[in-house]
Amino acid sequence: MAKFTKKKDGELPAVSTASLPDIVFMLLFFFMTVTVMKDDSLMVDNTLPIADQVQKLDKRDRVVYVYAGKPHPRYQSKYGSQARIQLNDKFADVDEVAPYILAERAKMRQELQPLMTTALKVDKETNMGLISDIKQELRKVNALKVNYTTKEGDAMRNIE
Amino acid sequence: MARRSIPEVNAGSMADIAFLLLIFFLVTTTIETDSGLDRKLPPLEPPEEDVVIKERNLLQVLINKSNQLMVNDELTKLEDLRQVAVDFIDNGGGLNDKGEPCDYCQGAKDPKSSVHPEKAIISLQNDRETKYSTYIAVQNELVAAYNVLRNRESQRLYKTDFTAMQDMYNDPKTSDDQKDKLKPRVERIQKMYPQYLSEAEPKKN
Repeated sequence: MAKFTKKKDGELPAVSTASLPDIVFMLLFFFMTVTVMKDDSLMVDNTLPIADQVQKLDKRDRVVYVYAGKPHPRYQSKYGSQARIQLNDKFADVDEVAPYILAERAKMRQELQPLMTTALKVDKETNMGLISDIKQELRKVNALKVNYTTKEGDAMRNIE
Repeated sequence: MARRSIPEVNAGSMADIAFLLLIFFLVTTTIETDSGLDRKLPPLEPPEEDVVIKERNLLQVLINKSNQLMVNDELTKLEDLRQVAVDFIDNGGGLNDKGEPCDYCQGAKDPKSSVHPEKAIISLQNDRETKYSTYIAVQNELVAAYNVLRNRESQRLYKTDFTAMQDMYNDPKTSDDQKDKLKPRVERIQKMYPQYLSEAEPKKN
């Protein structure tokens, strides 16, 4: 009976990999849509605090980022372990914040300049003294719109 | 002449190319957090005249260097701050500058607490050694208190949350027509419960 001839055993059919490119492309497009190009590499520890009354940040072309926190362990031998400010790719002192903001504002398109927001990405272990100093600098150059960038979540988890 | 069949292009390396691209994007991009608490700093030039604020219209929130919270001279837990702030803003125990009572307030009308949401001011003061996470938690609770009240009024008037309206208003994808429609609503609610959150300069020790 030809219908019931045993298949030759020991030879598994090869798994078709024809759809592999499609799967990988799918992953690729996913990452292309949800991520943005890195423009600063962080030199400070940056665990953001948590809040739940958050508002979405404006478009990226009208946001200036200011980072602060303890220097990354890699830089601690050179810069110490006190919290520092990072602007663009280097550590900065408090009095460099104002000129930086002015320079960034001048780079923006004219009509966006009044809409400029400063996003403060500050590590949650930082002392408020540093942040108050930054805020004073921002007030000096009239950059009054600030956004304390936070992760979304229950705010009570901040005090543990 | 017999037509020759075109040989098929070998697509075996397509997966490798796609992987290469994928890895490139994984390395060069980051998933950014793009949300946070929006705040407005006060301008540096001092106000022209000194405004006298009655004690009953001021809610003093102090955070000390060991991250403890004091509200109007009482040690308070962070969990309770939201309710304390809501009670204070919504008290409505008197008249505003125009001599109108707060007809939408649902507070206790306590004679020791604020007279009107338009007059109620929350003053936040922190120490230089206060931790940033505590400061954010307190800010969050105070913003939440305003949002609770604004949502309540927004639900009553427009059957929708204020925060949802505000998000839509700030969303760049929202059309101009919708924005024009939302603007008076958002402004009306903001006028009912204006955010007066003053930040004193931190104490120097």
